[in-house]
Amino acid sequence: MSTKDMSERPTTVLQSLNAAMHRLMAGDSRVVVLGEDILDPYGGAFKVTRGLSTQFPDRVLTTPISEGAIVGLANGLALRGMRPIAEIMFGDFVTLAADQLINHAAKFRWMYNEQVRVPLVVRTPMGGRRGYGPTHSQSLEKHILGVPGLWVAAPHALGDPGSLLEQSVALEDPVVFVESKVCYGRFLTRPAELRAEEIRTARSPFPTLHLTHRGGSPDGVIFCYGGMAPVALEAVERLRDVDGIRVDLVVVAQLSPTPTDHLEALLQRGISEVIAYAEEASSSAGWGAELVATIEEIRASIAPRRSIRHLRIGGAHTPIASSKEMELHDLPSAELVAERLLECF
Amino acid sequence: MKTGERIPLCNRDSSPNELYGLMFGIRTFEQSLLDLFQRGVLAGTTHTCLGQEATAVGVFSALNLELDCAFSNHRGHGHFLAYCGEAELLYLEVMGKPGGVCGGRGGSQHLQHRNLYSNGIQGGIVPVATGIALAEKLKGSGAVSVVFLGDGTLGEGAVYESFNIAALWQLPTLFVIENNGFAQSTPCALEVAGSIRARPEAFGIPTTEIRTTNVETIRNETSRCVDAMRDGAGPRALVLHNYRLGPHSKGDDNRDPAEIRAAWDQEPLKVLRERLDTTEVQLMEAAQTERIGRARERALAAPRYEY
Repeated sequence: MSTKDMSERPTTVLQSLNAAMHRLMAGDSRVVVLGEDILDPYGGAFKVTRGLSTQFPDRVLTTPISEGAIVGLANGLALRGMRPIAEIMFGDFVTLAADQLINHAAKFRWMYNEQVRVPLVVRTPMGGRRGYGPTHSQSLEKHILGVPGLWVAAPHALGDPGSLLEQSVALEDPVVFVESKVCYGRFLTRPAELRAEEIRTARSPFPTLHLTHRGGSPDGVIFCYGGMAPVALEAVERLRDVDGIRVDLVVVAQLSPTPTDHLEALLQRGISEVIAYAEEASSSAGWGAELVATIEEIRASIAPRRSIRHLRIGGAHTPIASSKEMELHDLPSAELVAERLLECF
Repeated sequence: MKTGERIPLCNRDSSPNELYGLMFGIRTFEQSLLDLFQRGVLAGTTHTCLGQEATAVGVFSALNLELDCAFSNHRGHGHFLAYCGEAELLYLEVMGKPGGVCGGRGGSQHLQHRNLYSNGIQGGIVPVATGIALAEKLKGSGAVSVVFLGDGTLGEGAVYESFNIAALWQLPTLFVIENNGFAQSTPCALEVAGSIRARPEAFGIPTTEIRTTNVETIRNETSRCVDAMRDGAGPRALVLHNYRLGPHSKGDDNRDPAEIRAAWDQEPLKVLRERLDTTEVQLMEAAQTERIGRARERALAAPRYEY
């Protein structure tokens, strides 16, 4: 794989996020970090908070195992002018905070008639491929998409995770920040042979990355986010190198609300005959399903005579197995993504 | 800030007459809501605090209303009125009108005004109020955060997560637990095991239990809690026993009428009225009735949303 570093010194996703956390805390005394096991020397289960409690002992709070209260506390902090960043150790536990996200954080600003703001960020790692089994491997973000008032953003190794986190903290509204636990150790790189362009708008502030082949329109497009970005990129490279098929890659950072204006901009550039949507969760009632619907609505409006073949590619519609072989078989791989696309040509 | 017809507030120096006046104002407001529902003027639902006025007035008269924060629940009109007195803004809100305290978006259970908040989710408000206490502690503002729970709320796990954290971090949260005898239709004996008081105490939270509807006693005990918290003593809990005289919401009441009649003998307005001068009480009641009536009429005449 031909790649180029985005900075002079190779940086991992984890380093980018950890550095951003340090910058945020140093730059704004309203930033409070809370979560389970985040104090040094442990520094958090995945080490994103490492070093913070040593440098900012008064504003880094290790909590009991109380995810509902962690997000509830963050809600109270945000209502009173602080900038809380809450960590939920495993994304699977976000269900325990669902009431705080859906019935409190997401509603306050609107139901209190714009008299308050809830600038809250809930960071949490999702995803499998680590052998953690049914309750520590899921990608549950699809269950919190489409909640009015709640943003969901996902960093990835082809973008700038730290900047995305800073952007999330700067937003006046609650953001669930979905990290990929298998991507923490990945270096931030972009493939040199693809042209990269970012779309960001005032309405949809989290950037969509569009990676295109040079010269001529592509045979297809893959949409993906987060931990599926490297998997989908590998599929793109396979299809090009092995099968001679040119597939563009779109990596979305704003999972909710759907960045409709970004999708419009992409479709205005050209409408591909095949679009795949690669996500790690099962694709039933998922992120890709919402994108298919949105893209079809846009297509019907701007190109009523054209048609697109849509392809959702996700994990098995079962819990995630602890067995390594079973887990890897059930989660979408680069081979699977490439094979499914190949069937369309 | 928008404002309308208001009822006078109370503080630690307010006389029994003034405390009575505010309680009477809350009761008049609540009764008028039931009346408006019967007349078909209001949509949705409402949870009145008839019989629980002494909690609202006793607690808020002990607070610094400029500084302290409060989180109320689904039965929050009394708390709201004792906090800011904005009767007209509350009427407008319950009526779903643009001039309401939240523009009609929130309605009865979802109020926000200055440092007062409410939400219709049992238990979920408790960690939020604890987070408010954390924010105020970090800011060094000296404010305390009061949150209102009922006996029914004690079934929610979020309550105990909050007790634990408030005690661990010594946050200035006052947990006011009102046992009004019922969780909707379910009597306390069918939904609360063991002791209410022992629950916050198990987390090391000093807890005061009062079996009275005397508003002055509630004000005094609240004042003691608040003063200790302002001195950095950490969270406090106040367990208050009273009786919900009205239905859970509008007409859903299957309780024994004899039991309800007996409770009217102990209700806070009656208890206090017996100690006051009859003429002064009558003047006070007339003034409040007029004020609340003006607020109601102005709200009724105000424009609705048009689509």
